[in-house]
Amino acid sequence: MNNKFNIDDIDRSLYDFKYDDKDFYRSKEGITPEIVQQLSEDKNDPEWMREFRLKSLDLYYKIPVPNWGPSIDGLDMNHIATYVRPNTNMKDDWESVPQDIKDTFDRLGIPQAEREALAGVGAQYDSELVYHNVKDEVLKQGVIYTDFESSLKGEYADMVKEYFMKLIPPTDHKFAALHGAVWSGGSFVYVPDNVKVSIPLQSYFRLNAKGAGQFEHTLIILGENADLHFIEGCSAPKYNVANLHAGAVELYVGKNSHLRYSTIENWSKNMYNLNTKRALLEEGASIEWVSGSFGSHVGNLYPTTILRGDNSKAEFTGITFAGQGQNLDTGTRMVHVGKSTSSIIDSKSISKSGGISTYRSSIEIRESAVGSKVSVNCASLMLDSDSRSDTIPAMDIRTPYCDVGHEATIGRISDKTIFYLMSRGIKESDARAMIVSGFASPVSKELPLEYAAEMNNLIKLEMDEG
Amino acid sequence: MSNKLLKINKINVSAAIHGAVSNTIDSKTKTENERETGVKILHDLSLDINEGETHVLLGPNGAGKSTLGYTLIGSPEYVVTEGEIIFDGNDITHETADKRAKMGMFMSFQSPVDVPGITLNDFIKEAIRSRTGKSIPIFKYKRELAKTMEALSMDEKYAERDVNVGFSGGEKKKSEILQLLMLNPKFAILDETDSGLDVDAVRTVSAGIAEYQKRQNGALLIITHSTRILSSLKVDYTHIMINGHMAATGGPELVEEINQNGFKRFLNQN
Repeated sequence: MNNKFNIDDIDRSLYDFKYDDKDFYRSKEGITPEIVQQLSEDKNDPEWMREFRLKSLDLYYKIPVPNWGPSIDGLDMNHIATYVRPNTNMKDDWESVPQDIKDTFDRLGIPQAEREALAGVGAQYDSELVYHNVKDEVLKQGVIYTDFESSLKGEYADMVKEYFMKLIPPTDHKFAALHGAVWSGGSFVYVPDNVKVSIPLQSYFRLNAKGAGQFEHTLIILGENADLHFIEGCSAPKYNVANLHAGAVELYVGKNSHLRYSTIENWSKNMYNLNTKRALLEEGASIEWVSGSFGSHVGNLYPTTILRGDNSKAEFTGITFAGQGQNLDTGTRMVHVGKSTSSIIDSKSISKSGGISTYRSSIEIRESAVGSKVSVNCASLMLDSDSRSDTIPAMDIRTPYCDVGHEATIGRISDKTIFYLMSRGIKESDARAMIVSGFASPVSKELPLEYAAEMNNLIKLEMDEG
Repeated sequence: MSNKLLKINKINVSAAIHGAVSNTIDSKTKTENERETGVKILHDLSLDINEGETHVLLGPNGAGKSTLGYTLIGSPEYVVTEGEIIFDGNDITHETADKRAKMGMFMSFQSPVDVPGITLNDFIKEAIRSRTGKSIPIFKYKRELAKTMEALSMDEKYAERDVNVGFSGGEKKKSEILQLLMLNPKFAILDETDSGLDVDAVRTVSAGIAEYQKRQNGALLIITHSTRILSSLKVDYTHIMINGHMAATGGPELVEEINQNGFKRFLNQN
C-alpha cells in the first residue's frame, strides 16, 4: 500500500488539554430517579421543573434508541455522570474565575473575543456556567442574556416556563427526554420588539470531565422586528471513555425578526454528540444557521426550522469534517407551513482516513405552504478511498404550488487540480490543503470573524511525507 | 554564448498507466523495466535551450508536442523511461512538478482546470510564497498585480474570482500569462496559448510574452500549431515534431515555411 496521499487528522492540540477536577461535585454514574431528584434539589428547581424532569425521565425509559443513523452502542449510559459541578459559582469577571478554568477559556480565546467582538459571553464548564457577562449598552436596550438557571427565577420566569421544551418536547426522541430530565446550564436570551443587537452574543461550552454528559439548554426568544447574532462554541479534551452531549436549542423568532445562529462544534473524538436544535419562525421572520461540525466520535445533528409564518425564510449553511474514527450524520430539516416561505440549504462535507460523513435532510412542504421555494445544494469530498460519504435527502411535498430544487455532488480531489497547483511551485500537501479549504470556503466565509483563526486551525491539513 | 538552461538528453516518454500525482516517487523505487507504462509517445528526443532563448515547437495534432511540455513540467501522467532532463544544472528527470516550478520552470496550460474557492489573487500569492519561501511585500505585490492585469486588458475583478471558474477561454489564457509575469520563471512552456483567442487578445497576450522575454531574459518553449502568436515575438529556433520524433530544427525562417507549405515535407520523411 502506498501511503503517500495520507493527510493527517485535524490538529486538536489546541483543545486537548485537561485539568484536575477532584474538587468538583460529581453525580453518581447512570440515570436513576434518585440522581434526577438530587439534581433538582441541588438546583433548587421550581416545583413545575422538578415534575418536568421526572416526567421526562419516565419518557426516557420508555422511548427506544432511534433505529437509524450511526450506532451508539459504545455509549453506556450506566457509565455517564450526568452532572459535574465545578468548584465555583458563576462570576461576572474573569479574574474571579478559578485559575485553571480561566486558563482553559484563555487558551480557547474567549476573553479576548469578548473584548474585541462580542456583546456578551456565557462560559459553561462541565454542567454549570462559570462566567457570564453582558455589555451595559446591550442591557440598556432591554436585552436579557442570562444563564438558564437564573432565568427560571428571574423577571422572565413565566416566559421561560411557557416556552421551555415546547419546540423540542421530551416526547420527541430518547435524548430529548434525557435532556428534559437532566438538563443543566445553558443560556436564556430575550430580545424585545424593535431591538437590534449589533454585535453577537456568545456561549461557549467546555466539557472537561471524563465520562460525563453535558446537557445545556439554550432558549432564545426574539420579539417582533428584532435582530440578533448568537454564537455557540463547544470543545472538550479527549478521554478513552465515552462522553455524551445532549443539549437542546430552542429558538423563537418573532414577526419580521432576524436571527443568525452560528456554531463551531469541536468535541473530542470520544464524544457522542446527540444534540437537538429547533427554530420556529413567525410571519416575515428569518433565520440563518451556520454550522461547523468537526469533532465527536458520533454526531447526529439536524437543526430544524419550522417556517410557520407566511413569507418566513430559512438558510442553512453547514460543513462537516469526518476524520478517522468519526461517524458524523448531519444535515437539516425544514418544515414549510406558511405561504410563500423559502429555504436555502448549502451543505459541504469532507471525509478522510475512514471517516464517515452522511448528509441527511428532510424537506417538508405542507399543503398550506403554497408558493414556497426550496433550494438544496450539497457537496461531499472524499480525500481517500477508505472514507465514506452518503447523501440521504428526504422530501415530502404536499402542494403542487411550490418550487423545489436539489443538487448533490460527491467527489474526490482531482489529480489534475493538484498537479495544476504543484506546477506553480506549491507542494502536494499544501495543494491538497488549499483545495480542501477552497471547497469549504463558501461555508467558512459565513462563520463569525473571531472564529477565523480557529477555522484555519481546524482545516489545517498536514501531509505524511513518507 | 548564453548559459545552458535546459538539456533534454535522448528521452523516451510513455503514458503512465496509473496516473497518480507523484508517480515519480514510485519511479525512484522501481527500476525502469518494472515501471508500468502505457503507450510510448516520445522517442529518443533531445533538445537544448539556453537562457533567454525562444524555441518554437511546431507539428501536426497528436505529434506529442503537449506531451513534451507536460513531461518537462513534471506531470504524473507521463513517465520518462529512458534518458534525462537537466534543468539549471540539476537532474530533474524524476522530480515532482512543485520542485521544478521552484527551480524556475513554468507552464501555461491549454485548458487550465477550475480551482473552486481559491481566488486568482490568493492563488498567485500562495505560488509566490511557495516559490520564494518568504512572505510577500504586500503593497509592491498589489501594485505589480494591478499593473500587469491592466497590461493584459484584464478586468481587475478577475483577481477576486475563483481561479478559472466561469472564465472564458480567452480569460483563462490571460490568467495563465498573468501568472507567468507574476511568478518570474527562468523558463516557460506555453502550450497553445494562442488557440481560442480573438485577434485583439492574441495581440495583448503576445505583448505580455514579449514583456516576459525582455524583462527577465526568460527562455521560452512555445508549443503551437498555428503561428499567429509568433508574428510579434523574437524567435531563435524552430523545431518540427512528427509522431513523437524531432523531425527538423531550424531558425525562425522555418516558421514561415510551415506557414506556406504545412508539414507535408516532414511527414514524408517518416
